[in-house]
Amino acid sequence: MQIEKTDKAVTTAAGLPQLHEPRNEVMPLDLRWVAAVQANTSAIERRAATLPGRRSVKKEWQAAWLCKAISLIDLTTLAGDDTEGRVRRLCAKARQPVAPEILRALGMEGLTTGAVCVYHDMVATAVDALRGSGLPVAAVSTGFPAGLSPFPLRIAEIGESVAAGAREIDIVITRRHVLQGNWQALYDEMREMRAACGEAHIKAILATGELGTLRNVARASLVCMMAGADFIKTSTGKESVNATLPVTLTMIRAIRDYHARTGIKVGYKPAGGISKAKDALVYLSLVKDELGDRWLQPDLLRFGASSLLGDIERQLEHHVTGAYSAGWRHAMA
Amino acid sequence: MTVKEIFDRMDYGPAPESAAEAMAWLAGKGGRFGCFIDGAFAAPGTTFESRNPATGEVLAQVTQATQADVDAAVKAARKAQPKWEKLGGHGRARILYAIARMMQKQARLLAVLETLDNGKPIRESRDIDVPLAVRHFYYHAGMAQLMEAELPDRQALGVCGQIVPWNFPLLMLAWKIAPALAMGNTVVLKPAEYTSLTALLFADLCHQAGVPKGVINIVTGDGAVGEMIVQAQVDKIAFTGSTAVGRRIREATAGRGLGLTLELGGKSPYIVFDDADIDSAVEGLVDAIWFNQGQVCCAGSRLLVQEGMAERFYAKLRARMDGLRIGDPLDKCIDVGAIVDPVQLATITGMVADNPEGTHYRAPCALPAKGAFYPPTLITGLSPASPLMQEEIFGPVLVAMTFRTPAEAVELANNTRYGLAATLWTENINLALDVAPKLAAGVVWVNATNLFDAAAPFGGVRESGFGREGGWAGLSAYTRPRGTPRALRPTLPFDGNGAPEAALDRTAKLYIGGKQARPDGGYSRPVHGPRGALLGHASLANRKDIRNAVEAANAARGWARTTGHNRAQILFYIAENLSARAAEFASRINDLQGGKGGAAEVEACIRRLFTWAAWADKLDGRATGVPLRGVALAMREPVGTIAILCPDEAPLLGLVSTVAPAIALGNRVVAVASDPFPLAATDFYQVLDTSDLPAGVVNILTGSHAELGPVLAAHLDIDAVWSFSSAHLSEIIEKRSAGNLKRTWVNNGLARDWAGPEGEGAAFRDAATEVKTVWIPYGE
Repeated sequence: MQIEKTDKAVTTAAGLPQLHEPRNEVMPLDLRWVAAVQANTSAIERRAATLPGRRSVKKEWQAAWLCKAISLIDLTTLAGDDTEGRVRRLCAKARQPVAPEILRALGMEGLTTGAVCVYHDMVATAVDALRGSGLPVAAVSTGFPAGLSPFPLRIAEIGESVAAGAREIDIVITRRHVLQGNWQALYDEMREMRAACGEAHIKAILATGELGTLRNVARASLVCMMAGADFIKTSTGKESVNATLPVTLTMIRAIRDYHARTGIKVGYKPAGGISKAKDALVYLSLVKDELGDRWLQPDLLRFGASSLLGDIERQLEHHVTGAYSAGWRHAMA
Repeated sequence: MTVKEIFDRMDYGPAPESAAEAMAWLAGKGGRFGCFIDGAFAAPGTTFESRNPATGEVLAQVTQATQADVDAAVKAARKAQPKWEKLGGHGRARILYAIARMMQKQARLLAVLETLDNGKPIRESRDIDVPLAVRHFYYHAGMAQLMEAELPDRQALGVCGQIVPWNFPLLMLAWKIAPALAMGNTVVLKPAEYTSLTALLFADLCHQAGVPKGVINIVTGDGAVGEMIVQAQVDKIAFTGSTAVGRRIREATAGRGLGLTLELGGKSPYIVFDDADIDSAVEGLVDAIWFNQGQVCCAGSRLLVQEGMAERFYAKLRARMDGLRIGDPLDKCIDVGAIVDPVQLATITGMVADNPEGTHYRAPCALPAKGAFYPPTLITGLSPASPLMQEEIFGPVLVAMTFRTPAEAVELANNTRYGLAATLWTENINLALDVAPKLAAGVVWVNATNLFDAAAPFGGVRESGFGREGGWAGLSAYTRPRGTPRALRPTLPFDGNGAPEAALDRTAKLYIGGKQARPDGGYSRPVHGPRGALLGHASLANRKDIRNAVEAANAARGWARTTGHNRAQILFYIAENLSARAAEFASRINDLQGGKGGAAEVEACIRRLFTWAAWADKLDGRATGVPLRGVALAMREPVGTIAILCPDEAPLLGLVSTVAPAIALGNRVVAVASDPFPLAATDFYQVLDTSDLPAGVVNILTGSHAELGPVLAAHLDIDAVWSFSSAHLSEIIEKRSAGNLKRTWVNNGLARDWAGPEGEGAAFRDAATEVKTVWIPYGE
């Protein structure tokens, strides 16, 4: 029984970020809009809690959706002990995220992750390792993860990473501005960082686990979009609470509102805490239902994840062979 | 479709739940079912087809029960009841617990069978209906356990006839059977003819859970079987279904001394204020009106949106509707399933087609080629005068209009004959907690919708019926006070032809709106003492006096919002003023009735007034322990305007014992004084006049109970009628009350000892209040 609404989105050559959508330009800070934003935590949590029971994808659909999830992963290493060797391994995995025979069986040859995400020091290595793949390198920046280094240094750090070849910059906002309700300061900071990025796309990390309330998350999302964020991103992965479904719902509803009023599509990146294939499916269905199919492409959706890929690989092998898989059968990053 | 194609399109594919186990169970029973009577399935009789509404396929043949089947079921239940009650609370708790466990063990089978039979999405039967039904049995296993300790003065009613609808077949069965069994009753239950199968599976599971034979009996069939149950020798009827049928049941049970609870239709408002979390309010509507295809008695089917943000809200709502998925109910990725039956589909289609008013928006989802499906629909721009704004559609059709202010929202919300549930969305706690009590509804959800739990009483006001299901409040519908009832003998007025003893005539009038009023008809009757002396004349009120009294009472609705402390002060003051004139009242009573009991009766009246003054600020609601971060407040609200036919045999104490609890708990009263001895009541209004009681809170009429009772019972602006008259009026009052389904409390010809504990207590508190459950989820 075919009961789907047909997909109105322009399907692009999958896998390549930063396609055909007009970029989010800076708009004036609209404090009345910000103040009117509401987020009812309890209702949002109920929606998030029931979603996994409302949406289910099985068989080929599940395999395809998991491949989609892979194509959206910012394969990430953000550890103090990162070395060039470690980053090259990660890049190799980003180029070939799933064993070739499995991809062949699925008819998904050529599948890659969405990007590789590293600290500034590793940008040059990653750019080199990914040369020819088309995969962008994303750099976390601006005094990641706390974002409390001197402001001029944070701005300068962006410039350094862009110069080193990063095409995407994941900045962290000053949480203090949100907690103090100083939206002007948040807006100014974000705007300046956006300017420093130049052609590189900017993802604004809200560190939602430190913002106290979903209302703050919604308002901070909106202010960052007004100040020109190309993506809004939940967390650094270093807070005690990172991406959650309620936070996701709050942020993507802000994106939807921003789109409704400006016509501009801003991307979304949940990061930290998404480690299971099943979680990724729930996130995909949430984004599909709340934002629409157009947002299921790497230019508008990324998963910041490191261990998620391993679980998806096992699920895909299970789909192909019918037997449950083991982690050691799949190449590590 | 290849993985690559799906990867590019990102569609949801099919995600079917298997029907194999459920079909195997049906096949194992031969695909034909008899009634479940006295612990076993009877041989199938004349059968009808039970179909899957999503496909039209026949699932099974179900028996149309005969009179003999119903008789056998009632007989089995009657035979089993004493032993079941004597099993004791703990013994019954063990069985109810076993039922809950058995249902959990077969949870998926129950869910799949429910979806096959009813057409609701498997997500709902699996995640909502079955878990809530199971929870109901666990909760009431606990109630059985606690009954002896916590309800020592209550006992079972006996045999309960229960009739449940097709929209939540298993859940409504649980709501009916669990409390009945917990309190020591046995049941004869009839599922709706569209959806009998889970009730039959439930019977099968009960057998395995060790439920004694005869305790649960299931008879199947159409409305004719329901009528047989209503006419049978049962002690209580519990019905969930349409208001029209509820009205017929009210009439059919009138005067039979049966317990009756009715959970009927609704047109529940869904109010969105402009400071709401709009996205969450839009999402809430999915659970309000597209839950179970809108076939929900408490569905938020009447959308009221604050004017300034209405267009934005509608735009978001239409966008959300575009994403709804309608189709195979067994698909785990479906939001809206099948309408229960083609007949119902035709009703919905007809109602919408006949009312082209407003702007109709149908969700652009493709409907399956076969089966009974109706697209989610939004109709905006309606007014209260639109039929679709007033009539229950019972389908996935949301009607909408706007409001300007909170006060107007309340007014529009209450502009309905129904009063089941209401939803309101605002981030302002002041607004939420101000509006919730003002809504005429038995259940109010704040920033949420369609939340249910066994601990939270559910039920309606107005024509949505009466009685509560769930919580402590729900138990009173399945118990009665211990004790042996005594017959009430008629009290007749004395004849006589004597002259007045007092030199100066004292004219007794009616007391309406705080003023003494001559009777509209201009007639009075002489009142004689036991030796024939003429004590005075009492006005003979007629229907116009009733009209005036009810209007005065309704104009005094501010009384409901006074504080309990304030009401207590006034009741104490009434007692004080009565006490000051105790001797005069005592001799009046002695003159009216003879004997020397007057002084004692006045003293009892003063005590009773103190009792109700005491209760005025002490009748607490409950914060119920629902499984949610939040509270569900079971609040006690006044019923409204109560008409009381006062006891004949206690001219002053009867008046005080019935009027005092009513006004103490915030109601307004139209009281008809003791028919034979009216003059104590007319003296009493002078006491009221000097006690700061606002005009219209108590109105006192005198005249014939037999004449006035039926008029009061039929009055559509009275919320309850109590009759303690010694005239045989119980039947006609219950019958006439069907007009607006007002609450009735009648004596069924049985006596009450007004001087003793029977003359006050919980029965009065319960009759004078309704439980309103206000759900307030919280969290920031």
